[in-house]
Amino acid sequence: MHIGLEHYLVVSALLFCLGLLGVVLRRNLLVIYMSLELMLNASNLALVAFSRFNGHLNGQVMVLFIITVAAAEVSVGLALIVALYRKRQTAHVEDLTTMKL
Amino acid sequence: MQDLFFYLFAALTLLCGFLVVANPFSRNPVTSAMFLALTIVSMAGLFVLLHAFFLAAVQILVYAGAVIVLFLFVIMLLDLKEEQRRTANKFGIVTGVISVGAITVILIKTIFESHATATVATPALEGATQPLGRMLFNDYVLPFEILSVLLLVAMVGVILLSKKDLR
Repeated sequence: MHIGLEHYLVVSALLFCLGLLGVVLRRNLLVIYMSLELMLNASNLALVAFSRFNGHLNGQVMVLFIITVAAAEVSVGLALIVALYRKRQTAHVEDLTTMKL
Repeated sequence: MQDLFFYLFAALTLLCGFLVVANPFSRNPVTSAMFLALTIVSMAGLFVLLHAFFLAAVQILVYAGAVIVLFLFVIMLLDLKEEQRRTANKFGIVTGVISVGAITVILIKTIFESHATATVATPALEGATQPLGRMLFNDYVLPFEILSVLLLVAMVGVILLSKKDLR
């Protein structure tokens, strides 16, 4: 069976759902961030596959932009986590209930 | 041959991705970060199979080189020893797995229902660096410049956030 667009899209969808599972289930802020990275990577894979099987490069340029934005997002998010840890001594989402009514 | 490599890299990506989110042997964030690095590398293999050579290189350089190192650095900085002993509640796990499984089913079903431009057998395009760069600096100059400003903003924000007396 020849590898087509659907194969890559299925891998991408499964990876996206794994990331979503991590965001929903895990309670550690850092692991939640890693799962977010997994979701971003899944969308990257889908975009590259579309770009390959449709015969133009727009998708790859978009992936380049996504990688840049993800790097900026990770740096700001990790700085936030470090600042939070310095103030509250925890990186666990169930301890962070300041905004709870 | 190419099919074999596709299945190899796809299986490796999914397995390591699963071990990032739900490792049955350890709940240490360091193992998660290591498996995330493996996921990134095998996904770069998938990019090579899709003839996106430059993106594969960027993926390894930026993610496995910079992002994972940043994650590991923060994990070492925070020293998260006591987080491992917590037990999650069963209800949350069950409802989370059910809802994510439903979303998975919807996504896969959508992919198989839509017979879009799926079987272009021999795409003529090679994702080489030169046409990518030409496109980036001709059609996408404005987003590129905005992204450079975004990186600058992120840098200033990180410096401000990691100051000692955060108000």
